[in-house]
Amino acid sequence: MNINLTMIGQAIAFFIFVVFCMKYVWPPIMAALQERQKKIADGLAASDRAARDLELAQEKSAQELREAKQQAAALIEEANKRAAQIVEASKDEARKEGDKLIEQAKAEIEQERNQARDALRAEVAAIAVAGAEKILETSVDASKHNEMLEKLAAEL
Amino acid sequence: MAGSASEYIKHHLQNLTYGKLPAGYERADGTVLEESTWTLAHTGQEASDMGFWALHIDSLGWAIGLGVLFLFLFRMAAKRATSGQPGGLQNFVEVMVEFVDNSVKETFHGKNKVIAPLALTIFCWVFLMNLMDLVPVDFLPQLFHMMGLEYMKVVPTTDVNVTLGMSLSVFALIIYYSLKVKGVGGFLGELTLHPFSSDNLFLKILLVPVNLLLEGVSLIAKPISLALRLFGNLYAGELIFILIALLPLWAQWTLSVPWAIFHILVITLQAFIFMMLTIVYLSMAHEDSH
Repeated sequence: MNINLTMIGQAIAFFIFVVFCMKYVWPPIMAALQERQKKIADGLAASDRAARDLELAQEKSAQELREAKQQAAALIEEANKRAAQIVEASKDEARKEGDKLIEQAKAEIEQERNQARDALRAEVAAIAVAGAEKILETSVDASKHNEMLEKLAAEL
Repeated sequence: MAGSASEYIKHHLQNLTYGKLPAGYERADGTVLEESTWTLAHTGQEASDMGFWALHIDSLGWAIGLGVLFLFLFRMAAKRATSGQPGGLQNFVEVMVEFVDNSVKETFHGKNKVIAPLALTIFCWVFLMNLMDLVPVDFLPQLFHMMGLEYMKVVPTTDVNVTLGMSLSVFALIIYYSLKVKGVGGFLGELTLHPFSSDNLFLKILLVPVNLLLEGVSLIAKPISLALRLFGNLYAGELIFILIALLPLWAQWTLSVPWAIFHILVITLQAFIFMMLTIVYLSMAHEDSH
């Protein structure tokens, strides 16, 4: 166990190793470690941001969905109203048409009746003339008694 | 395993020493040197007779080899270091670096670019040197014996020169940073005006030698305790492995396996303690208490 030059040799070796470690080993490793730390921190921040973005997007989509639903409801309501209107309008139309038809039919009937009455009147006049001829045994001049006959027909 | 137990132990505790023997020295084989020679010591006696001018080639060789291995691995990882997904080696290296960095940050609050790499080097290097203790005690010495080298001590930290070399370097850094941060006056003041101080100037001067003695001892004790703690733990551990190796072959594993498992804790802990104390001492050197 002699103290000798080995001690100094060891001290020199120690010095060289420490300097080498300080210059070529420690800085690159520390740099890599710090860079990775930064990367991880950045990544975490990005994920936080993404989560917030996602939340916002979800909120927005929910909002839009709600709006769309409202719009759809409004559209349906309007359509219903419109349909009711159309039905109402067509009902009105139909009623009017019906009334018109009835009116027309009535008018036709009236006309027919008038025609029939006129025809009947003419016939009644002829029959009356014939009857009168038979009674008087003379011919009645139709043109002479026309006035009277027409009066008679109008009374019928 | 040749010779008696004590020879075996002594043989195992002898470093491979290369040094200068003086002229007229009678070597172990009886030859007398005509002039002073640089040579490998053939016996423990020769090694100690070489005095200060001798190198423990095995301690130094293994220490440098392991240091280079550590730096090679870490440099490889550092070169390929990416901030993306790390590979296996980079993962391991990053764990070590972060562990050391956290230890430094917990203890040392100033700004110093040296301390963290210094702590990393100390921890990894000391750990690797300690790790050699787990290699079976006869394995490498036998291998080198076959290659013609008489002695081979493979655990550098069981050589007090190695631990002292490191702790004295740390001591030099303590002195350097003390002077740099506190200035010469501040450093001297810390050594002479604490822990006892007085408002009376005369009393103050009277207390200077007492303070100097106390503070000087505690300052000197730092590198000595740092070196001897590591050395003592590893030396004792190695010695116990050697003693276990003296047992009959069938009994060895019953002791060496538990001891080796326990020793895994010891070698890691000692490396950690050496690193932690270095950080603590250097942070104390940075603290201006005045």
